[in-house]
Amino acid sequence: MIDAGAPAGRAPRIAPGWWFVAPALLLIIVFFLAPVIAAIGLSFTDFDLYALADPRAARWIGLRNYARVLHEPVFWQALRNTLYFALVGGPLTVAASLGAALLVNARALRWKSAARTVFFAPFVTTLVAVAIVWRYLYHPRYGLLNWMLGHVGVPPIDWLGNPHWAMPAIIVMATWKNFGYNMLICIAGLQSIPRDLYEAAALDGATPLQRFRHVTIPMLAPTLFFVVIVTMIGYLQLFTEPYVMTQGGPLRATTSLVLYMYEEGFRWWRLGVAAAIAFLLFVLIVAFTMIQRRLSPRSAT
Amino acid sequence: MTPSHARRARLASVALHATLLVFGALSLIPLLWMASASFMATGEASSFPPPLIPRAPTLEHYRDLFGRLALGRYALNSAIIAATTTILALAINSAAGYAFAKLRFRGRDRTFRILTAGLAIPVQVAMLPLFLLVKSLGLVNTYGGVIVPGLASIFGIFLVRQYALAIPDDLLDAARIDGAGELRVFRSIVLPTIRPILATLALWTFLATWNDFMWPLIVLSDDRKYTLPVALAGLVGEHAQDVELMMAGAVITVLPVLVLFLLLQRYFVEGVTEGSVK
Repeated sequence: MIDAGAPAGRAPRIAPGWWFVAPALLLIIVFFLAPVIAAIGLSFTDFDLYALADPRAARWIGLRNYARVLHEPVFWQALRNTLYFALVGGPLTVAASLGAALLVNARALRWKSAARTVFFAPFVTTLVAVAIVWRYLYHPRYGLLNWMLGHVGVPPIDWLGNPHWAMPAIIVMATWKNFGYNMLICIAGLQSIPRDLYEAAALDGATPLQRFRHVTIPMLAPTLFFVVIVTMIGYLQLFTEPYVMTQGGPLRATTSLVLYMYEEGFRWWRLGVAAAIAFLLFVLIVAFTMIQRRLSPRSAT
Repeated sequence: MTPSHARRARLASVALHATLLVFGALSLIPLLWMASASFMATGEASSFPPPLIPRAPTLEHYRDLFGRLALGRYALNSAIIAATTTILALAINSAAGYAFAKLRFRGRDRTFRILTAGLAIPVQVAMLPLFLLVKSLGLVNTYGGVIVPGLASIFGIFLVRQYALAIPDDLLDAARIDGAGELRVFRSIVLPTIRPILATLALWTFLATWNDFMWPLIVLSDDRKYTLPVALAGLVGEHAQDVELMMAGAVITVLPVLVLFLLLQRYFVEGVTEGSVK
């Protein structure tokens, strides 16, 4: 189609719209879509350190990478860890977000904007830096957390050194870091609930708790559902926290799929194997996205 | 209001503000402790009970980091990479976002739909072939290798498009009738109109690039090119016992983005609500 603003008399040319989107499209195709497609191919080859020096050394091996990964106990452990993090951490983060949103949105509250700023601040911080901070907060002997828990009689816990506690510790840290983001979305959701619903409920003699249960929750449910799924999808890509805080340990208790992929691909240079892991992660994320699209009352976009 | 009502309301307000205080403290303690420990003498933080305030505040760790450990260099790397990415990404994504919203061309809507479908693909899937591509372009261990793959952002295009949809067509047509070319219309009418969303996009891009870890970790192999997060993660390997030093390093990494956030938080908030609640 020729655009309306083109000077008359000139031969049909590429519509200006294409020129505007060309740089972005080109970059996205070359540096994102093409690599994604290439990743499928890569996952069917034995691309390794030798192939890195000379790509001709890579051979087509069909589904063998997938067979190998699926027979690897570490993969299943990483999958379990990742699902644990997403399925527990996602709802926990959103619960904290909702609590903070209700608090900030309470009519009687003073210092609203200051409160919002404080709750959102952890989200903007650099993950690597705050993960290091939390490493020390979790220190069994000198950490602030055990010291505080000691006041209520809890014996010291080796948070990051104990396979049972390491993942909960990472979940708590991630919740702290991320709840402020969803809080903003929850606040917007709360503010879109019509006031007269509350007033009608109050007239019917509903207590604040009943109003929360029968007005706020049903009205907010679509937003909450959307936010929980999106948070979980983000959490399925867990990498930096275990990389910095536990190196995937102890006893692989915090090795996530992405960390496993990183180790296979960029530490051992088994790029074919790593691509297979990446694709299995992709399938997992697609499954979560489908659940969201299927169950969401208002379909996204 | 009866006296008992007033008392109940007062009590509720006290409970509300007490909850706020607890929540607020939980949010801030890790950051406050990080700052406090960074001024403690070596070894002070590793004592029991954990000290909250430095006994004799010292700047030695900051001197150490900028002197012996050359953290200034990493900060500069981070600043160059984040600033360049932000400026280029702004130009590329705003042009595309505007075109998808307001310019008519064949295949526009289909192309846009394909792009939004791409939003569901995790970046990690692309990373392995992307590394090989960057390597074959000779961009491993260069700023360019970190910057270029992240320039065009589907989310950024989406954000600008949503905002640009509200520009009235009459405004654009009037300029075209006056003889302005498409580039001119974009520069002198569109860009000023969509300035708020550009501010949001710029902030988010800067923040995401400054904080990014995995891709720079993969691309940068020579420690003179490291960004702050990559350098910090390396430092914690060697200096895990130097709590106070590591906290000073964390402060240096976090402080720029925190300050930026405090100054411009209005735009952050807009980005979140624009991007999610449609």
